[in-house]
Amino acid sequence: MLRKFRDSVIEKIIFICGILSIVFVVLIFGFLFKEGISFFKEYGIFEFLLGKYWYPTSDPAAYGVLSLIVGSVLVTLGATIIAVPLGIMTALYISEIAPKGIRDVLKSLVELMAAIPSVVIGFVGMVTLVPLVKALFNVPTGLTAFSGSIMLAFMAMPTIVSISEDAIRSVPWQYKEGAYALGATKWQTIRRIVLKAAMPGIIAAVMLGIGRVIGETMAVMMITGNAAHIPSSIFEPVRTLTATIAAEMGETVKGGLHYKALFGIGLVLFSITFIINFIADLFLNKNKKR
Amino acid sequence: MDIIEIKNLNLFYTNFHAIKDVNMKIKANKITALIGPSGCGKSTLLRTLNRINDTIEGVRIEGDVIVNGKNIYDPDADVDRIRRNVGMVFQRPNPFPLSIYNNVAFGLQINRLVSRKDETDFIVKESLEDVQLWDDLKDKLKMSGLELSLEQQQRLCIARLIAVKPEIILLDEPCSSLDPMATAHIEELMQELKSKYTIVIVTHNMQQAARISDETGYMLLGKLIEFDATGKIFTNPSKQETDDYVSGRFG
Ligand SMILES: Nc1ncnc2c1ncn2[C@@H]1O[C@H](COP(=O)(O)OP(=O)(O)OP(=O)(O)O)[C@@H](O)[C@H]1O
Ligand SMILES: [Mg+2]
Repeated sequence: MLRKFRDSVIEKIIFICGILSIVFVVLIFGFLFKEGISFFKEYGIFEFLLGKYWYPTSDPAAYGVLSLIVGSVLVTLGATIIAVPLGIMTALYISEIAPKGIRDVLKSLVELMAAIPSVVIGFVGMVTLVPLVKALFNVPTGLTAFSGSIMLAFMAMPTIVSISEDAIRSVPWQYKEGAYALGATKWQTIRRIVLKAAMPGIIAAVMLGIGRVIGETMAVMMITGNAAHIPSSIFEPVRTLTATIAAEMGETVKGGLHYKALFGIGLVLFSITFIINFIADLFLNKNKKR
Repeated sequence: MDIIEIKNLNLFYTNFHAIKDVNMKIKANKITALIGPSGCGKSTLLRTLNRINDTIEGVRIEGDVIVNGKNIYDPDADVDRIRRNVGMVFQRPNPFPLSIYNNVAFGLQINRLVSRKDETDFIVKESLEDVQLWDDLKDKLKMSGLELSLEQQQRLCIARLIAVKPEIILLDEPCSSLDPMATAHIEELMQELKSKYTIVIVTHNMQQAARISDETGYMLLGKLIEFDATGKIFTNPSKQETDDYVSGRFG
């Protein structure tokens, strides 16, 4: 009797916790949409998305988000180009080539890398990478999209490495054995069989890594120079969507147009990350089915 | 003619002595069966013949395996070439997660055996015909090999071997995941392949060994107890241990 009662109480508590997390998510969405949509109504969605100028404090104010989107995309693209090949190679090395001792060390290092707070990465980048980029490429400032890409690549690496490594390691041993038995070398086996079989997982890893980079705020704010203009090369400062929200939210008047504009940015960000996560999920599920 | 000669072969998994001083001569274009209780080292012995054990950590091998007059364990032996010459079919069908066509073409491509597409096409067709898959699958070559039935998968695995034209085919319990009908089909196939290839098969199933093989080796605890003509092993073995096993008193 008592046991039954206790069981049902525990069950209810778990149920409430589950429901609560859903409620929170819905609330956040609701808020984001409400403020964002009301901004679109007031300012115009096309003026917002395609406007080149972000002058929230001028008179009249301009809330064109295009340069911020370009900034985010540029930094993310740069980070992806650096992190993806490096991450996949590292994953391959860890799972297929490294002897056991090195493998364990590397795996712990990757986990450690994931644990570094982004503000620390930003700080280290600021004092090491930024002056280096300035000197190396002879540009007026080292606070550039390029510097941001490198730092963000660092942050995407752990995600890409650990999820790809999982995917590569879960390729059945029988596939490899079959390839070896046909006279394939180790590299042929990796390239033609292992990578192919692990590809859905690797794509998911890349997507999640990109998702992490797009949403990243602190490090980019510290390193990319925060200039809201459309750059002509990666060696110019840029400003990202996230950095804009973080930098300006404190200065806005609650309920004002600027305030709502930041929610508009939030909505844009949310749509991008949602699409990326969705694609990642698609590939992860494909992986499981097989 | 003896195509394989195993001389004083010993194998250790780290410290575990899995193959003990095995000597054996395998004849060309015959089917040789290895039987024995679970864990006696049948698979291990079979896997020394194409050096696939090398891929397992901690394996140490002593002794010689001479294939066509050459010791495959010579330090300067070309392992990839040996494996191409001595193909292997595994217990669970393991087609690659590639299309049927690419499964068969894989060995040709990695070994650069052919350069022209029409040559590859021809060998793919020929190999699938040899395992009697061609008629069923000729319009589905782009389908993934994983979508086939288990029997078809095992046939595909044999097809991808014979595409690279090995001399010897090793089969490790190739029928253990198949139903009796499929088993009968694969056995028939082996009889057909025997004219072109030397076949060594490990089997749990004594009736199977008796049905299909010309010679049979009985293994126990890492030793080759007796090796002789299949008829002799099953009706009139020379060793008491063999007799106990084939008559069902043990194992
Ligand atoms: N990778 C390995 N590491 C350590 N020991 C192993 C390994 N593979 C096999 N063994 C051991 O070697 C012995 C022989 O194994 P093997 O797989 O050759 O036996 P088998 O006769 O094929 O058995 P089964 O009929 O169950 O397939 C067994 O005792 C097994 O536990
Ligand atoms: Mg076995």
